[in-house]
Amino acid sequence: MSYLDYKVAEPPRGIRKFLALNWPLAFLLAAVASVGFLTLYSVAGGNIDTWARPQMERFAIGMVAMLGLGFVPIWFWRGISVLAYVICVLLLVAVDVIGHVGMGAQRWLDLGPVKLQPSELMKIALVLLLAAYYGWLDLNKVSRPLWVLIPVVLILIPTALVLQQPDLGTSLLLLMGGGIVMFAAGVSLWYFGAVIAAGVGVVWTVLESRGTTWQLLHDYQFRRIDTFLDPTQDPQGAGYNIIQAQIALGSGGWSGRGFMEGTQSRLNFLPEKHTDFIFTTLAEEFGFVGAGSLLLLYALIIGFCLYSALTNRDRFASLLTIGIAGTFFLFFSINMAMVMGLLPVVGVPLPLVSYGGTAMMILLMAFGMVQSAHVNRPR
Amino acid sequence: MRKSPKDMIDSARIVSRRGVMLGVIQAAVIGTLAWRLRSMQVEHADEYRLLSDGNSIKFRLLPPVRGLIHDRNGLVIAGNEQNYRATITRELAGNVDEVVAKLRLLVPMSDEEAAELLAGIAKRSASTPVSIGDHLSWDEFSSIAVNAPALPGVQPESVLSRVYPRRGDFAHVLGYVGRVSDYDLSKMEDPDPVLMLPEFQFGKVGAENKLEPILRGKAGIRKVEVNAAGREMRELSRQEGQQGATLQMTLDAGLQNYAVQRLGEESAAAVVIDVTNGDIMAIASNPVFDPNLFVRGISSADYKALTEHDHRPLADKTVQGVYPPGSTFKMVTLLAGLEAGVINDGSTFFCNGALEVAGRKFHCWSRGGHGHVNPVQSLQKSCDVFYYETARATGIDRIAAMARRLGIGVEHDLPMSAVATGIAPDRAWKQERFDQPWVIGDSLNASIGQGFVLASPLQLAVMTARVATGREVKPRLVRAIDGVPVETPEFADLGLSERNLRVARRGMDAVINSAAGTAGKSRIVAEEWRMAGKTGTSQVRNITAAERARGVTRNDQLPWNRRDHALFVCYAPFDAPKYAVSVIVEHGGGGSAVAAPIARDILLYALAGGVPPLTAYPDGQRGQIEEMHRNMRLITPVATSGGGSTRA
Repeated sequence: MSYLDYKVAEPPRGIRKFLALNWPLAFLLAAVASVGFLTLYSVAGGNIDTWARPQMERFAIGMVAMLGLGFVPIWFWRGISVLAYVICVLLLVAVDVIGHVGMGAQRWLDLGPVKLQPSELMKIALVLLLAAYYGWLDLNKVSRPLWVLIPVVLILIPTALVLQQPDLGTSLLLLMGGGIVMFAAGVSLWYFGAVIAAGVGVVWTVLESRGTTWQLLHDYQFRRIDTFLDPTQDPQGAGYNIIQAQIALGSGGWSGRGFMEGTQSRLNFLPEKHTDFIFTTLAEEFGFVGAGSLLLLYALIIGFCLYSALTNRDRFASLLTIGIAGTFFLFFSINMAMVMGLLPVVGVPLPLVSYGGTAMMILLMAFGMVQSAHVNRPR
Repeated sequence: MRKSPKDMIDSARIVSRRGVMLGVIQAAVIGTLAWRLRSMQVEHADEYRLLSDGNSIKFRLLPPVRGLIHDRNGLVIAGNEQNYRATITRELAGNVDEVVAKLRLLVPMSDEEAAELLAGIAKRSASTPVSIGDHLSWDEFSSIAVNAPALPGVQPESVLSRVYPRRGDFAHVLGYVGRVSDYDLSKMEDPDPVLMLPEFQFGKVGAENKLEPILRGKAGIRKVEVNAAGREMRELSRQEGQQGATLQMTLDAGLQNYAVQRLGEESAAAVVIDVTNGDIMAIASNPVFDPNLFVRGISSADYKALTEHDHRPLADKTVQGVYPPGSTFKMVTLLAGLEAGVINDGSTFFCNGALEVAGRKFHCWSRGGHGHVNPVQSLQKSCDVFYYETARATGIDRIAAMARRLGIGVEHDLPMSAVATGIAPDRAWKQERFDQPWVIGDSLNASIGQGFVLASPLQLAVMTARVATGREVKPRLVRAIDGVPVETPEFADLGLSERNLRVARRGMDAVINSAAGTAGKSRIVAEEWRMAGKTGTSQVRNITAAERARGVTRNDQLPWNRRDHALFVCYAPFDAPKYAVSVIVEHGGGGSAVAAPIARDILLYALAGGVPPLTAYPDGQRGQIEEMHRNMRLITPVATSGGGSTRA
């Protein structure tokens, strides 16, 4: 056990924290966001003011915020975790009661200048609370049923509230995001096996419920499943988005059609091309080289986060980093899998690239916590 | 609650192990995404590229410019004019009602028309331009263009449209163009895609229809990029089409115009053939109609007026109409008899006004009879009995064969609609047609161009040309295509003996230029243009006993549509034939009184190459002729370099 007998170094203090920030991570995030600016400029038909400039401004603010949060001591996050969770749950309840209806679901809270989507905040708050929980919990109790039940309930409360909106995609994200933290915390694999088995059972039951009196999903959700399984059966309707997205993506070829030369996006064949489907425009115009590079950037972000987590001997900070990186991973992998036709269409944006102010701000603040964990890590 | 280093170490170990597992799982997912990306973008890129191009790249046809039609002197008789029109696109118009209301201030439009327009706009897709009005005046067009900013979605444009500058003159021979109907398309096996273009004009009838492949030209192709809404964003490439060939017809616009005016309001037809090369110089069917009405879309009132007119202006009487040729057929019977050897130039028959055959009395038109009649006199006096006798001796089959040899009962290959074959009846024909045996009475009726015999004015002109030349003159309408002259054929000899032909020609000469001739009044006194011809009066029906009882004995006492047809065929100059003419005036009465003067005047115009000098007419008629010509509004066509290729 010689490798464990090392001296626990003191974390840097004061201004020296600045040097200890995870700079490679910051640069990778900026690189990904820059890909987004470029693509937003292109989908706006060469107009910077439509989407690219607001996105850049918000990113600049978010970046400063992230670096600033890096200076926050790690115990602060642990301290606010319960409060953050409770506030988010209350906000979710508020959305259900007074929220703004959009796209057939209540998701927004109109707070004057900002339209807040509490479910976005909840993803981070849940990870934060679970990390704090496992940071506090005695290691020996981690896999005991009662101590497993507590985090499961903590996950299911917001999941149920989001499902109520209804927003299947986000509730699954919450479920998986929480699951990643529990997994990393060392909860016995048997539980995960059981959950996966139960999940298969639930999916089967949901599919069986179709057309009955106890139908568990909305018709539009069933239709999304249908069109995912066979987009061509409704090429002008629900399958249109998937078909056009795949045409755009595939037609990019090795090196793409060139910046601002993508016919699928420029001629409006693509749906939601500045939000959920922005990856298709990127892939069409920059080809495999461009799309693959973005995937590589994402992989590197995950890699740096994991490295930071694995070298962090603070259990809470380590789990927080893994949880946030895991949520980030879920975002981009689900979005890409969706536009590539590997998953059904769920409303998940491509992180840091899709147009959207609040989502990006929340994400960057989450990475601020990752920075904080990195800077203050016992080493 | 600070943790002991031991705890932290255990914790780090567990987190590390699970962290690595997570990393492996995430790497696997990212690997899957990369593999999928590669599969779509590298392996299947070509398939997706095709689909993408199929989305955004469309081919649009550029309608070709229709070929012009010139008369033989290069005068445009079917051209193309700028058609100023405007279209409206719903997608761009915003408030369509408001735009149309503003438009009505510039372009007069009735309430019904406006309602129709709005309904049309609503029916089409938002991105399809809908025509607001064809054939706008320049003022309307320019006021729309000037006010364009106030009229969103309204696009003034100018396209080419067919126009017939000579209006009715060539209505029947050239026909007209019109929009392609679904019915037209259903008749075609593999329709040219250009026909599907909205407003594309295509030959409906006449030469416009028959020569469509030459006149249409080839469509150009534009490759354009469209957006998801189907709207054109830009042109990627453009391949210009090819204009249709310019046709030079054999027709002479001046002569045609003269013929049409000379026939006047009669229901009549006239054909002028150049016997040396078969050129149809004029081919007129009256009354005429203005084909431009059909190009622009004829109103139902105008169309009704044309279809209900008892002179049938829409029918082409020159080639579609077939008539009993009456006495103009006598050259056929005469030549059949002479060639068969059953008569010769010295044979005579005795006419006492009627011939009794098989218990039936066949009358001569002259009740008193003609006495002894030889072949030349038989034509001169148009003695029916002579032909009854000749037919009895010759037999119908030889007469029918002679008719076909001279161009009756055979189809002439002309680019005109529904060219009739006519009937040169023989035994086999009657057996086939009526399942009845031929009887001698049929032969006697046929010998004087009555009974079953039917010929079109064109065929009678051809017959006359063949008698005049002894050659197998074939009529033609096209003189040159795109400046390349159509080969002038050397007509084959008909194989008739010159001596027999001369008998017929001398007979025709005597009809006009002898004291006892039936058409002496219509002679040409200018000796170098001496005319030979033959009158004909064909019965539409007999005067009934009941009518006779009511005192109706003369043809002109009958209602118009029961009167006899008046016919005349002629050629000139007698010594060196140049032009052959046939004229029929439906229900006109007698051939000599009605048809002969018309035919003579048209022939004279052709010979003179313009309004003929008065000295060519017999003394007593000059004043009347001068008066008639003064009242005609004749054109003096300005010949633009023979067969030039003026392009619109």
